[in-house]
Amino acid sequence: MGFEITKESYAGAIKGITIGKGDNTLTIGAESCYPFYQFEGDMPNKPVIAMEIWDMEPQDWPASALAPFKDVISDPAAWAKKCVEEFGAQIIVLQLKSIDPNDQDASPEDAAATVQKVISAINVPLVVWGCTSPAKDEAVLKKIAEVCQGENLILGPVEEKNYKGIGAAAMGYGHTVISSSPIDVNLAKQVNILLENLGVPLNKVIVDPTTGGLGYGLEYTYSVMERLTMAAMTQGDDKLQNPIINNLANEVWKCKEAKQTAEEAPELGDPERRAILMEAVGAVSYFMAGSNIMIMRHPEAIKLAKAFIELISN
Amino acid sequence: MALTGIQIFKLLPKTNCKECGVPTCLAFAMNLASGKAELDSCPYVSDEAREKLAEASAPPIRPVKLGKGVRQTTTGGETVLYRHEKTFFNPTVLAATVASDIDAAALDSKLKVYNAFQYERVGLNLRPELLVVKDVGAGAAAFADTAKKIASESEFNLVLMTEDVDVMKAGVEAAGFKRPLIYAATEANVDAMGALAKENDLPVAVKADSVEALIPLTTKLTGMGIKDIVIDSGSREIKQALEDQVAIRRAALKAGNKALGFPTITFPCEMASNLDMETVISAMFVAKYGGIVVMSDFTTESLFPLLLERLNIFTDPQRPMTVTEGIFEIGNPDENSPVVVTTNFALTYFIVSGEIEASKVPCWLLIKDSEGLSVLTAWAAGKFGGDDVGMFVKKCGIMDKVKHTELIIPGYAAAIAGDVEEELPGWTITVGPREAAHLPAFLKSK
Ligand code: B12
Ligand code: SF4
Repeated sequence: MGFEITKESYAGAIKGITIGKGDNTLTIGAESCYPFYQFEGDMPNKPVIAMEIWDMEPQDWPASALAPFKDVISDPAAWAKKCVEEFGAQIIVLQLKSIDPNDQDASPEDAAATVQKVISAINVPLVVWGCTSPAKDEAVLKKIAEVCQGENLILGPVEEKNYKGIGAAAMGYGHTVISSSPIDVNLAKQVNILLENLGVPLNKVIVDPTTGGLGYGLEYTYSVMERLTMAAMTQGDDKLQNPIINNLANEVWKCKEAKQTAEEAPELGDPERRAILMEAVGAVSYFMAGSNIMIMRHPEAIKLAKAFIELISN
Repeated sequence: MALTGIQIFKLLPKTNCKECGVPTCLAFAMNLASGKAELDSCPYVSDEAREKLAEASAPPIRPVKLGKGVRQTTTGGETVLYRHEKTFFNPTVLAATVASDIDAAALDSKLKVYNAFQYERVGLNLRPELLVVKDVGAGAAAFADTAKKIASESEFNLVLMTEDVDVMKAGVEAAGFKRPLIYAATEANVDAMGALAKENDLPVAVKADSVEALIPLTTKLTGMGIKDIVIDSGSREIKQALEDQVAIRRAALKAGNKALGFPTITFPCEMASNLDMETVISAMFVAKYGGIVVMSDFTTESLFPLLLERLNIFTDPQRPMTVTEGIFEIGNPDENSPVVVTTNFALTYFIVSGEIEASKVPCWLLIKDSEGLSVLTAWAAGKFGGDDVGMFVKKCGIMDKVKHTELIIPGYAAAIAGDVEEELPGWTITVGPREAAHLPAFLKSK
C-alpha cells in the first residue's frame, strides 16, 4: 500500500467575513484547514497585508521605516493613498496615535475628521485602530462609527472594558469590530460572547489575539493563535471561528534591534535590511499560526510577505 | 506500538544489578516506558529482547547528533505537533552552503565573517551551526580540502553534500573526525553510502523524490544497523515542502511510522533565487518542522531574525525563562549608586541590565520574583504590586548597601509608585522611562 498522509479531522471552519463596502470589498477567512494545509481543506481567501499609517507624524521610527513615506508622513490621507497606489496595500490601518491620553489626547471629533479624509482618499477597506486606552478608545470609536455610518469600517481594539459602547455603535452604524484580548483563549472567547450577547453578529467580528514582537513575546502569540485555530476547527467551537488580525508592524518596529543604527549595532549589519527581514520573518511566523490580516509597515517586507503567500498557496 | 512498563520488565534480566542507575529492573522498565531512559543503559539485555524493545522504546522521531565541539547539536527528538502541547526540544539547525571549489583565501575570509555571527540574548549565545560543503564537480581532492579546512579551522560542523561515493569517501576521510552529516544516500547509491556511514559511524541523510519513496531507503539503512538518519523528501516547491513536513511529522507521531521517524533536512537555497526569499522560506521551516535548514549563504541581516524566531518557537511554553530574585551589581556600584527594580523575566532582566551596562552608570539592579512575567504582565497579574515591591526592597538587603533612599521603578509600573512609597516610608520613588532603551539617557542625567 502506498503512503498516505494522516489527515486532521476538522469539525468546523473559519467564518468568511466581507469587509469594506461597495466595489471596495474584500473577503477574509473562510478556510477549512490549518494555515496553508491545502492538502486537507480549502483556503479560498489568502491572508492579506494591511498597511499602517499614523494620524500623527511618528517620532521614533528609524530612518529606514520613514524613508518610503517621507513625502506624505504628515498627511494621513496622502499617506494612505500612496500605500494603496504605490505599494499595493489591500487594506489600510489608521493607527490613532494622536488620541492617547498620555500623549496628545486628540478629541473624538478630530480623529473622526481624519478618518473621513482617509476614507475619501482610498478604495480599499479601512481599519481604525485605537490607542489601547479602553475609555478613550470607546469615546473615539463611537464617534467615528457614527460619523462614518455605513462605511463598514473595522473598529478596534474592542476589549472587555469597552465592548458595550463600541459594539453598540458598530452595530447601529454598520461596522465590523476587532475583538481583542491579552493572549488568552478563554478571554478571546469571552469577549466574543459578550459582543454576541450584545447583538453583534459574530460574522462582524475579527479577533486580535494581541501580538508580540519578534524576540519579544512572539512565542506566546504564536501558540495562542494555534490554540484558537484548533479550538475553532478541530473542536468546532463556534465562538472562536473568526479570522485573526495581527498588529505586527507596531510591535516589530519598536524592538530595539529594528531601530539601532549601523553605528550602534555594527554586528547587526545594514539596519534597513535587518529590520525589513525582522518584519518579514515575524509575518511568516504568524501566517503559519493562522493570521488572516497582517498589519505591516515597510514596502519591502510587504513584498516578501506577499511573495511568500503567493508561493505557498500555488 | 509502545509496550507498557510491565511488558518491558518481562524482557529484562531481572537481576536488579543497578548498573542502569536505578535500583531495580522494574524501575528501569517504568522509565523506559515513559521515555525517561535509554535501553542502552542496561548492558545485560539479550539480543532478542533488545530487538523487541528497541522498536518500542525508541522515541518516535530519532534525535540525531550532528558534529563535534562547541557547535555540536542535535536535531529531531520532537514529540508533539504543536509547541503548546509540550515543547519543541531541538531547535532547527541553520546551515549555509560552501562550494567545493572555493579557494583557500576566500574560504578563510568567509569563515571569519561567519564566525562573527553570534548574538548574546537572554544569557544565550545564538549562532548558526552548520556549513554544507557542496560538490560542484571540482573533484574529490577539492571537496576533501574544503571540508578539512572547515572542520579543522572553524567551529562549524559539516554536511558533506555529494551523490558521488568516491567524492564522499574523500570528504569523510578528511573531515570524518568532526562527525559530518553525509548527504545524500539516494536510490542509486544507498548501499555504498550506507556502508560508508556505517563504517565511519556517521549520520546519513536520505534523499528521495517523495515522502513515500523515502520509506524503502530508510528501511534499508536501518536494516544495515544505521540509526542516525536524516530525511529529505526532495520537494523544492514550498507548498509541497510544507505538506511533506507535516506528512512526515504526523506519520512519525500519529501513525507510528518508524520509517519516517527521523529529522528532516530542507533546502530553501534551492527554492528561491535570492537570500531574502530564502530567509522567509526558512522562517516557515523553523515554525513547521524543519530539522535542518540549508540556505545559500549567511548574512547577519537574515540570520539574526531567524535566530530570534527559532529562540521563540523553541522556548518551553510551560516555563518562562527566569533569573533568580536578588541584588545584581552592574559596574561596581557603591553606596551612592542608583537602585533600580524590575521583574525576574529573563528577557526583561537582560534588556534592562544591558541598557544599564551601556549607560556606564554603575547601578544596583533589584530583581523581584514575579514568576517570570514581564513588567506589565506581572503588574496585571498582581505579581509586581506596590506592597510586594516595597516589601521586597526592605528585606532584600539593599538598605545595608546604600546610603541614599531613592528607588527607580519601571515607567510601565508607574501605577504602583504610591503603594511602594507607603511600604517604604522616607523613600523617594522615581518613575523611570517606559522603554529600557531610554534608561541610559535617564541614568546619565541623574
Ligand atoms: C507576552 C505577554 C504575555 C505572556 C507572558 C509573558 C511573560 N513572561 O511575561 C502571557 C501570555 C502569559 C501573558 C499573560 C497575561 N497578560 Co500579557 N502580555 C504579553 C505581551 C504581548 C508582551 C509582554 C512582554 O513580554 N514584553 C517584553 C518585556 C521585556 O517587557 P517589559 O518587562 O515590560 O520590559 C520593558 C520595559 O518595561 C522596560 N523596563 C523593564 N524593567 C524596567 C525597569 C526600569 C527601572 C525601567 C526604567 C524600565 C524597565 O524595559 C523593557 C523593554 O523596554 C504584552 C503586550 C505588549 N505588546 O507589551 C501583554 C500584556 C502585558 N498582558 C496583559 C495582560 C492583561 C495579561 C493577563 C493578565 C491576561 C489575563 N487576564 O490572563 C495575563 C497575566 C498572566 C498571568 N495571570 O499569569 C496586558 C497588561 C495590561 C495592563 N497592564 O494594563 C498587556 C499589556 C496586553 C494588553 N494590551 O492588554 N501575557
Ligand atoms: S542494568 Fe539491566 S539488569 Fe541491571 S538493574 Fe538495570 S535493567 Fe536490571
